Amino acid sequence: MSAIPNPLKITYKVPKRRHPALAFIIQQPLGAAGLAVIILMILAAIFARWVAPYDPLDVDYANLLAAPSLEHPLGTDNFGRDVLSRVIHGSQTALAVGFLSSLIGSSIGAMIGVASAYFGGRTDMIIQRLMDVILAFPIIVLALAVVSVLGKNVVFGIDWNLIIAIGLPMVPKVARVVRSSALAIREMPYIDAARTAGFSHLRIILRHIVPNIVAPYLIMLTAFVGQAILLEASLSFLGLGVTEPTPAWGLMLSGSAIDFYQQAPWMIVFPGVAISLAVFAFNLFGDSLRDWLDPRIKL
Amino acid sequence: MLRYISQRLLMMIPTLLGVAILVFLMLRMMGGDPVEVMLRGEGANVSQEIIEAERVRLGLDQPVPVQFAKWLGGMMTGDFGVSMWTGKPVAQEIASRLQLSLQVAVMATILAVLIAIPLGTLSALYKDSWIDHLVRVISIAGLAVPSFWLGMIIILTLLTLFHWHPPVMFTPFFENPRENLSQLIWPALAVGYRYSAVATRMMRSTLLEVLQEDYIRTARAKGVFERLVVIRHALRNALLPVVTVVGLEFAFLIGGLVVTEQVFNLNGIGKLFVEAVSRSDFTMVQALVLLVASFFIIINFVIDLLYAWLDPRIRYR
Amino acid sequence: MKLRYAALAFALTAVAGPALAQSPKSGGTLSFAVSAEPPNYDCHAQSSFAFIHPVRPHYSTLLKFDGPNYPQVTGDLAESWTISPDGLTFTFKLRKGVKFHDGSAFTSEDIRATYDRLRNPSEGVRSLRVESYRDIASIETPDAHTVVFKLSKPNASMLANFASPWDCVYSAAKLKEDPKFPERNILGTGPFTFVEHQAGSHWVGRKFNDYFEPGKPYLDGYRSVFMRGAAMVNALSAGQVLAEFRGHSPADRDRLVQALGDRAVVLESPWVCSLVVSFNTSKKPFDDARVRRALSLAIDRWAGAEALQRIALVRHVGGVLRPGYELATGNDDLAKLPGFSRDIKASREEARRLLKEAGVEKLNFKLTNRNVAMPYTPVGVFLIDQWRQIGLNVEHEQLETRLYLAAQQRGNPTYDAALDFNCDFMDEPNLQLMKYVSADRSALNYSGHTDRKLDNLFDQQSGELDKAKRKAIVAEFEKHLLEEAYVIPTIWWHRIIVLHKELKGWDMMPSHYVGQDLTNVWLDR
Repeated sequence: MSAIPNPLKITYKVPKRRHPALAFIIQQPLGAAGLAVIILMILAAIFARWVAPYDPLDVDYANLLAAPSLEHPLGTDNFGRDVLSRVIHGSQTALAVGFLSSLIGSSIGAMIGVASAYFGGRTDMIIQRLMDVILAFPIIVLALAVVSVLGKNVVFGIDWNLIIAIGLPMVPKVARVVRSSALAIREMPYIDAARTAGFSHLRIILRHIVPNIVAPYLIMLTAFVGQAILLEASLSFLGLGVTEPTPAWGLMLSGSAIDFYQQAPWMIVFPGVAISLAVFAFNLFGDSLRDWLDPRIKL
Repeated sequence: MLRYISQRLLMMIPTLLGVAILVFLMLRMMGGDPVEVMLRGEGANVSQEIIEAERVRLGLDQPVPVQFAKWLGGMMTGDFGVSMWTGKPVAQEIASRLQLSLQVAVMATILAVLIAIPLGTLSALYKDSWIDHLVRVISIAGLAVPSFWLGMIIILTLLTLFHWHPPVMFTPFFENPRENLSQLIWPALAVGYRYSAVATRMMRSTLLEVLQEDYIRTARAKGVFERLVVIRHALRNALLPVVTVVGLEFAFLIGGLVVTEQVFNLNGIGKLFVEAVSRSDFTMVQALVLLVASFFIIINFVIDLLYAWLDPRIRYR
Repeated sequence: MKLRYAALAFALTAVAGPALAQSPKSGGTLSFAVSAEPPNYDCHAQSSFAFIHPVRPHYSTLLKFDGPNYPQVTGDLAESWTISPDGLTFTFKLRKGVKFHDGSAFTSEDIRATYDRLRNPSEGVRSLRVESYRDIASIETPDAHTVVFKLSKPNASMLANFASPWDCVYSAAKLKEDPKFPERNILGTGPFTFVEHQAGSHWVGRKFNDYFEPGKPYLDGYRSVFMRGAAMVNALSAGQVLAEFRGHSPADRDRLVQALGDRAVVLESPWVCSLVVSFNTSKKPFDDARVRRALSLAIDRWAGAEALQRIALVRHVGGVLRPGYELATGNDDLAKLPGFSRDIKASREEARRLLKEAGVEKLNFKLTNRNVAMPYTPVGVFLIDQWRQIGLNVEHEQLETRLYLAAQQRGNPTYDAALDFNCDFMDEPNLQLMKYVSADRSALNYSGHTDRKLDNLFDQQSGELDKAKRKAIVAEFEKHLLEEAYVIPTIWWHRIIVLHKELKGWDMMPSHYVGQDLTNVWLDR
């Protein structure tokens, strides 16, 4: 027997493995743009002192409510403080609060969700009820309550109670999503097998369940940074977040800004644009991340 | 089905109770005393005896569990208590303002739905085209822009371009519909933009999912006219999650009106809430929070029911 | 003959002409803005201007301030009065034919019931004026139109006290039925009757046709619209409301003048309102007078007033009494007192020396302030800056009213230093000095100090009917206070009112609590 006549030569091309980052940029241009803005913001926040033309706390009684000019590209506020510098420094608060509250809120939510799914039964029901209670509270009320009860607790220049206040509303939402993902694994027979084999709870959780929830966790994490920034802005607007004279975008929009908005519209336009841009970038990035990692997840 | 309903109803009670306890405790831990604010807030020369007497009158000298029991008992019999600031019944104070807030919420919802359904559909049908990108960008912007800032920008624009001034007094709908709508359209817009963004995104993603389903492929293969396919089959199935999200967002909205009402100077429950908190008017804040939470819980319940009715698998779990 | 009549007619018109041009017109409804709302309707239990502005026009008082001649008082319900030479007996002759809004007749019994309620409230009734009327021993009503007040000791403030806007005269009959009647109901003898109050929105009053001053009020009615901050300025700019009777910041005034042009009328006057810093004497190191005095010395009040008057509604440098009031210390004498020196360098050096001596050279503390923009925020920022000049690092803590009050709680104050206000309805040492008297005597004392010397001086000046002597005693009080510096006056407010020029007949006075009965106000349309 000879070989098959005219065997077809099949050439199989192994696709070159691109660096995942590059792949992301190419496949999700919008997301990449969002990421670029985020990186820019982070840089501005870190190097604020060098980037900003003036000291954000510098009161200048001679130049109150000055319109945007070469000297003050975004104008000055009712204390004569340079708006551009305040916006740049404001990014520090926004990012710090945004990242930290989202990180803490999502992580706690994830842990609760996993525990709820894994242990099931009574534990699950109690935890779910607790989550329902927190969820039923209007977000502003919740944040207001936490801030009011705990007061201000500033360590390393960051108000941790504000971070708890903003992170808290996220916990039940993350818990819910993580729980449903974890449940899917929980039902698998090999979990029971592992238990029978004598593996500890912790090991099972870490080994089998956690890898499955990393995707939704990361997605919610980035999505909630945007929401955290918005919530911080709302709270500062209501006077519950950071207080004068800290430059924070939400704070720049409250109080005196409203009083002066006819005379000096630049006082409210630019901080608002900053907030919108930041949240926009985070949302774009978060969306694209989700599309890239796992388009099936509905949030 | 009945079992499912009663089960869900039963679960509402501990949740509501939890909210009541939490808000009650939070207020008392929040610092601030309604009597001090009322009598000393404006710098009056008031002796300590008068302050103590007032505290006793409001029942604030009792231990916290007793106060809670009294309040809860009152709530169950329909007595929502008396405002610690004005002395008028809480129900009366809320009722007079609820109409306005509800109207803004409803108008925002209508706006949101009117925008979301067509835009979301178009976006899904023409996926990855320029329409899709445009709609997606607009939606994400809607999620990014703080609604109170949008409100300020709207007012500023109207002021500079049309010399329009926000009216100083609210005209009820039945008195003068045109005046009323022209007053409330702007806050509805400020709030509705974000609302429509959420709904649009949901519409788009669910429609996309539904369009992948097998029965759609079958319908297309059968040669059914494309438009019919979409409208008849896809949309109907995609609408359910959208309705869910609209319902949930409505509940969130009621709670989120606080900030918008400040900007537009509307005499609604959001403004009432902010004032009540600043005056430490415990009874008012408790009543308002419970009201909003109940709203949220009831809407959730209705949505759950809707799902159970439409999807038999859930009922029999 | 004809010529004579013509000449007479001509002469009459020549005289009457200018008067006719300014003769008030009847009619119209006045809309004005108020930035807060009254919680209930009882004058005796209120202390906020938010109450006075919408509610005052419904009531009358025994006396009231004579607008253009402030601080002279004139009769409202009283037609005339005499004071005995020893100052212990006040006899008032009341107007005849005065009616309440429900038609019942007003008699001296109503005055007696009102003042009894003020000085000795029954169970469940709140009166914030008990202190002011402590010196009244008895009230007699010999007939339906005479009332006699007998004092237990001379009190220099008593006559002006009767012009207090808070002493609304209630119906004795209604009070007998229910002492708490005024909390929920409005029944007065004032120029306007109550129409409606929509909580959170507005308050409406209508002309009382049987008002005891014939031809008045000129207005058909008024409407107070409740709104705050920017909304108010916008509404004024647009002409939706014609006035706001508390006071505007300089920036708002400029904005309004720009928007209204020649339709704006700007009225300015010093205000019986000051900002003071009180120190928590129960907390170290504020129990040391040297530290407190040092902090007072560090403040350059004169330069501060100059700078702050452009952005805030403060302007005048003064001590315990309003600069400009006849009993207040003049600027030259003021400059000799600690903290008011024109030589700020020397003052600050002294301050540093005192702090060193007390052992707290690098003092760090918190300035607790209200969360209100005008004028608390700018003055707070200013003070922090002043203390920075002597090397201190002070944190500015702005709190909501309820938390601010909680920090100052008399049983257990937690604050370090607090920026507080001291406002009254008239210039009167008995009112203004109450802030500085010992804690067991004054509920306004938040610093917790006890100083019998101040108490004695206070009582002395209260009983001193001779103005010159009283001024000297007050000056002594002021000097001792500034040396001990428990509570230090910093700067006095400046009242700026912008009215629509249509609004006439309203008199500007140094207090936003008085002159709000709207009897003489008319609209020039």
